Amino acid sequence: MTDSPILGAANITKRLGGKTILDNVSLRLDKGDLKVLIGPSGGGKSTLLQCLNLLILPEKGQISLEGRDIHPRNKRELSSFRQQVGMIFQDFNLFDHLSAFENVRIALIKVKKLSRRAASERAEQELARVGLSDKGGLYPAQLSGGQKQRVAVARALAMDPKVMLLDEPTSALDPELIGEVLAVIKDLSLAGMTMLMATHQVGFSAQLADEFMFMDQGRIVEQGSPKELLVPGTRTQAFCSKITELAGEVPG
Amino acid sequence: MNLDPEFLRELFSALNKGLFVSLQLIIPSALLGIAIGIVVGIVRVYGPKPLRTVADGYVALFRGTPLVAQLFMWYYGLPNLGIMLSASAAAIVGFGMCSGAYHSEYIRGGLLSIKRGQLTAAQALGFSPVATIATIILPQAIRRALPGCGNEIIYLIKYSSLAHLVTCLDLTGEAYGMAARTYEFTAVFLVTGAYYLILVSLATILLARVEQSLSLPGFERKRGPQ
Repeated sequence: MTDSPILGAANITKRLGGKTILDNVSLRLDKGDLKVLIGPSGGGKSTLLQCLNLLILPEKGQISLEGRDIHPRNKRELSSFRQQVGMIFQDFNLFDHLSAFENVRIALIKVKKLSRRAASERAEQELARVGLSDKGGLYPAQLSGGQKQRVAVARALAMDPKVMLLDEPTSALDPELIGEVLAVIKDLSLAGMTMLMATHQVGFSAQLADEFMFMDQGRIVEQGSPKELLVPGTRTQAFCSKITELAGEVPG
Repeated sequence: MNLDPEFLRELFSALNKGLFVSLQLIIPSALLGIAIGIVVGIVRVYGPKPLRTVADGYVALFRGTPLVAQLFMWYYGLPNLGIMLSASAAAIVGFGMCSGAYHSEYIRGGLLSIKRGQLTAAQALGFSPVATIATIILPQAIRRALPGCGNEIIYLIKYSSLAHLVTCLDLTGEAYGMAARTYEFTAVFLVTGAYYLILVSLATILLARVEQSLSLPGFERKRGPQ
């Protein structure tokens, strides 16, 4: 563990409107890690993920990719960094005027500057990977929530990211659609993708995650393997059992 | 009302000439107006503060003053600064600048209607701000702004009739000359009105075609009952 992490964050602090949203947060993601952020809403999970991708600039702290510090003021470096960090959003954020296929392809052409042909081939592959080869011609308005999120995953994967950040990828989905998205995430994790995911799917996460990080009031207050944390007396355990009780889910 | 065939022949010949001149004013000024509207609309939403202030000032000025006064400034005022515009150039610039101010408002509305997540997602993929606006935001915003912009083009067709005030012999200019010569104001302007009605109807059909060709699932031209 002395190697540089794939993605590192050191002492990230973010204030908004006089409130401290992130309070000196540090974390590292090593190759193949699946780490899971859990905790109450407003605890800073989403802000942390957006800071890690520098979609929000923290006041203090340093983000690094494979040991190299990122300087957000350098536009080239920022764009290159973001290409290598895939981001999945709670409400998908597919480009509404583009078909599923074009959604996956557009950044390959406009950002990575691939030829249209190479970009199209790659887009086909990634849509196939998430099981949507036959839906490429459909527009976001014609896709179910689960399909939209799978297109979003394909779009991120097409950029060959070194790490993926997932911000509650199933929270906006109808219950019967959650499974198809979780299956894609599971495949990715088993294929060795390095990932950090904020989620309330604690049962799923407990089976797959290398580490749980419990966030509250802008800090990581508990951190450890699901086994270590899912024991009586921890906040993680109290939180998870409350969620699973509400969802009628058997704790994983 | 005079329905003498000789008079009617003369009338239609004059109005057809005027129509041709009007089209030469309307088409370039409509394109100029849209181009200005898009640029100014983008600046007003995404531009840096000083530029935004300039754009807001432009809109306030050109929406807030009578078009006649603007046309006179372009045609009679500018020569005082050593800039001479021909009558038709003054009309095209005048109409385009005025139309652009209105278009920018429709474009601005279109831009503001696009969810922030579209921008965030593009940034997360490494798009530069300019590429984000050009390839992700604007194509959606224009589809949303199209009905309003179409409305503005129809206004433009009608206010192009002010061109005769800066000596263009457009449709209204020819009509006015004809009426002054013959005193047949009713007949002349009844027919002239019909010319504008036909122009506007053709423009409406054309605009509907454009809207239809840009229509996508989620950006439909018409939305039936759900």
